[in-house]
Amino acid sequence: MFEIKTKTKIAPDIFRFEIYAPLIAKKFQAGQFIVLRPLESSERVPLTIMKANREAGTITLIVKAIGLSTRQLAELKEGDAVADLLGPLGKPSEIGKFGTVVVVGGGVGTAVAFAVAQTLKEAGNRIIIISGARDQSFVILEDDLREISDELIMATDDGSYGVKGFVTELLKDLYRKGEQIDRVIAAGPLPMMKLIADITREHGTPTIVSLNPIMVDGIGMCGGCRALVNGKIVFVCVDGPEFDAHQVDFDSLMRRNNAYRDIEQEKEHACKLDAQIEEMKRA
Amino acid sequence: MPNDLPLKERMQIARHVMPAQDAQVRITNFDEVNLGFTPELAREEAMRCLQCKDAPCSQGCPVHVHIPDFINQIVEGDMLKAADVLLQDNLLPAICGRVCPQEKFCESRCVLGKKGLPVAIGSLERYTADATANQRAARPVGDLPPATGRKVALIGSGPASLACAGDLIRMGHAVTVFEALHAFGGVLVYGIPEFRLPKRIVEYEVNVLRRLGVRFEKNVVIGMTLTLNELMADQGYDAVFIGAGAGLPHFLGVPGEELIGIYSSNELLTRVNLMKAYQSGAVTPIFSYQDKTVAVFGAGNTALDSARTALRLGAKKVHIIYRRSEEEMPARHEEVLHAKEEGVEFTFLAAPLEFIDNGQGWLKGVRLQRMQLGEPDQSGRRSPVPIEGSEFTMELDLAVIAIGNSSNPLLRDTPGLQFTRRGTLEVGENSLQTTKKGVFAGGDIVTGGATVISAMGAGRQAAQEINRYLLELNQPAG
Ligand SMILES: Cc1cc2nc3c(=O)[nH]c(=O)nc-3n(C[C@H](O)[C@H](O)[C@H](O)COP(=O)(O)OP(=O)(O)OC[C@H]3O[C@@H](n4cnc5c(N)ncnc54)[C@H](O)[C@@H]3O)c2cc1C
Ligand SMILES: Cc1cc2nc3c(=O)[nH]c(=O)nc-3n(C[C@H](O)[C@H](O)[C@H](O)COP(=O)(O)OP(=O)(O)OC[C@H]3O[C@@H](n4cnc5c(N)ncnc54)[C@H](O)[C@@H]3O)c2cc1C
Ligand code: SF4
Ligand code: FES
Repeated sequence: MFEIKTKTKIAPDIFRFEIYAPLIAKKFQAGQFIVLRPLESSERVPLTIMKANREAGTITLIVKAIGLSTRQLAELKEGDAVADLLGPLGKPSEIGKFGTVVVVGGGVGTAVAFAVAQTLKEAGNRIIIISGARDQSFVILEDDLREISDELIMATDDGSYGVKGFVTELLKDLYRKGEQIDRVIAAGPLPMMKLIADITREHGTPTIVSLNPIMVDGIGMCGGCRALVNGKIVFVCVDGPEFDAHQVDFDSLMRRNNAYRDIEQEKEHACKLDAQIEEMKRA
Repeated sequence: MPNDLPLKERMQIARHVMPAQDAQVRITNFDEVNLGFTPELAREEAMRCLQCKDAPCSQGCPVHVHIPDFINQIVEGDMLKAADVLLQDNLLPAICGRVCPQEKFCESRCVLGKKGLPVAIGSLERYTADATANQRAARPVGDLPPATGRKVALIGSGPASLACAGDLIRMGHAVTVFEALHAFGGVLVYGIPEFRLPKRIVEYEVNVLRRLGVRFEKNVVIGMTLTLNELMADQGYDAVFIGAGAGLPHFLGVPGEELIGIYSSNELLTRVNLMKAYQSGAVTPIFSYQDKTVAVFGAGNTALDSARTALRLGAKKVHIIYRRSEEEMPARHEEVLHAKEEGVEFTFLAAPLEFIDNGQGWLKGVRLQRMQLGEPDQSGRRSPVPIEGSEFTMELDLAVIAIGNSSNPLLRDTPGLQFTRRGTLEVGENSLQTTKKGVFAGGDIVTGGATVISAMGAGRQAAQEINRYLLELNQPAG
């Protein structure tokens, strides 16, 4: 029984869950993810583990409700259980003493990069976090991030909170100021990660991105999560999810992630219609 | 009633073809294609059997089912007895009757096949299992031997593990099956489509094992959630069987393969079967196949299942493209026939050179090259050789790659386990023991993609070996 111990809404459509999963909590290493199905009828949703509490046997997930299955998850309450939960999956992040590491998170990408940042900090690196959100209402995890960073730059696109600007510009600023950057970790929307890769390539900074392709099984059986890295096919769920940003073919991955967009929207639309009809029936 | 027809007359009865849904109707649904024998058809077909003393058919069966005996019971009209004869050797007759390549195994050896057509052994097996399903489910489980106190963990829930579990539990051991996915049955549930193997049949078999006391745990990936060492050292399992299958899909490795609209057969079949995209109202998205032209690369069961799934999803035209000739096709014979009836088109002796972009990153077509068969390779199959200057193009909307799978990668880093260069697990030929003590393996993880019955046979052999190993553990060392 994978019980939801706590659920908090931390921004519009963004939720923080603590779910009871003792075996996964025990095994979790930074960079890994789980696959869950909120309901018996749901899709399998991959989500990064933000942190784990081994004593309590729980894992923390940050979820943005963007489609049908993530909304189904968002509708579950404390005390409910998710139908299926599998993990930890993927290869753990490479941890080492690199020096100064800039961790860039866009949107829920901030949560995706959290565990890596924390573990790199514990390994003795100096951690600068740039966390970007659309506006003040979407700012997440500030307290958690402060705890694990030496420097924290909270940014919003419109300047309604923290510094104004996109995370890519803020990274450029750091270079401009002459900051010695030994490694960059980025997680967020693919176009953001692509831009980050372009910037750090110029500076020759080793850069790791956490890829988030569409997955089905999450254990290497469908090939749906494949990406081109260094011209070779990799399966992100078992070979990743972290890769050398300078080797990733972002364009083909972006196309693949959008491949189902129209169909998904139709499905959601149909579901909403169904819900409306149900409601009308009940009224 | 005994079969008192003289042999001559038996030989004059023509082979009965199992009734099936009409081809034009069945491509509009996902219901089972074959409808099964009626009792009358089954008996008439059973009457054809000559009851050969040396039973060559049994020799051709990987688990040596006592074929003449069960067929005789059908003639006698004692279906439950017929089922019990089957069950002695084959724990999953309803499944094997449907998916075994009988034309390569039992039916290939049938004496009647020398002059005419062999007895429809597969169809009779299917009939026997189906006709007795309710009766068998209502029977009491029967006495199991006293518990030995030994615990065995089975990794994966495909036919290899299911068969192994069935035997081990009847030997008195405690058995737990760990499955990574959210459903039990391995390829039987995520790969083979509903129209060939209804999922309720797999569920039935899993429930039989549950009733016997086998524990089933889903959502556990061995190697990630729990390691092999934890199973044995912390959780007290005395032995482990690895039946993790060969599920990692291969791609062609030709330019343009990253275009949208191209995917592996495993992805298509998993979306449709495991995630139930074939049912209306399922949430898993699937590309629209309506009026599309689809090519499937490969010619095994997986390829045919993909092609026929595509038809049922509404495709206008489905091509199977294979680089060898019809003779080398590894798929089950019946599936090839069914696919042809359904209008799947076959292009033999052609291989893809490159996929063509529509300018927006979606698939538009494929450039193919004609092949001819050269000298036989080590496996005895004649290998295809390209014909220069024979390139041609085919317009396509979707492409499915079904050229085989290699073993599941999740256990590859396990200390103590040795894998071959092909990625399969190294085991002792007879002991089925891996390089790690107390850890056994069988099925596709050892052989590479093979058959349900060979996986099942390996599971049963492993159960014997595990039993022996556990008994030896009881003897004082010395
Ligand atoms: C390894 C990994 C880790 C992830 N970690 C997190 C996390 O910690 N928190 C979080 O909120 N999300 C995370 N995601 C993304 C999350 O899995 C998807 O948002 C989710 O599967 C969408 O499912 P859905 O049914 O709600 O939406 P759908 O209805 O399937 O999709 C809604 C829309 O989003 C698009 N889409 C679907 N999946 C993705 C994707 N992976 N990337 C971009 N677009 C997509 C679809 O094309 C569609 O347009 C992660 C993904 C991966 C692969
Ligand atoms: C589409 C398709 C059609 C086929 N048609 C036929 C046919 O008609 N006739 C025929 O005889 N054969 C057919 N085959 C082949 C046949 O299905 C396989 O040979 C057989 O299923 C192998 O059985 P198995 O038990 O070794 O493994 P599988 O059936 O592959 O089962 C392995 C299971 O182990 C699980 N697993 C893997 N790794 C782990 C892990 N680390 N921890 C926990 N669980 C794990 C997997 O999720 C899977 O459920 C077909 C195969 C496919 C793909
Ligand atoms: S070989 Fe054919 S005829 Fe002979 S026993 Fe087997 S099924 Fe019957
Ligand atoms: S999600 Fe299926 S192979 Fe990675």
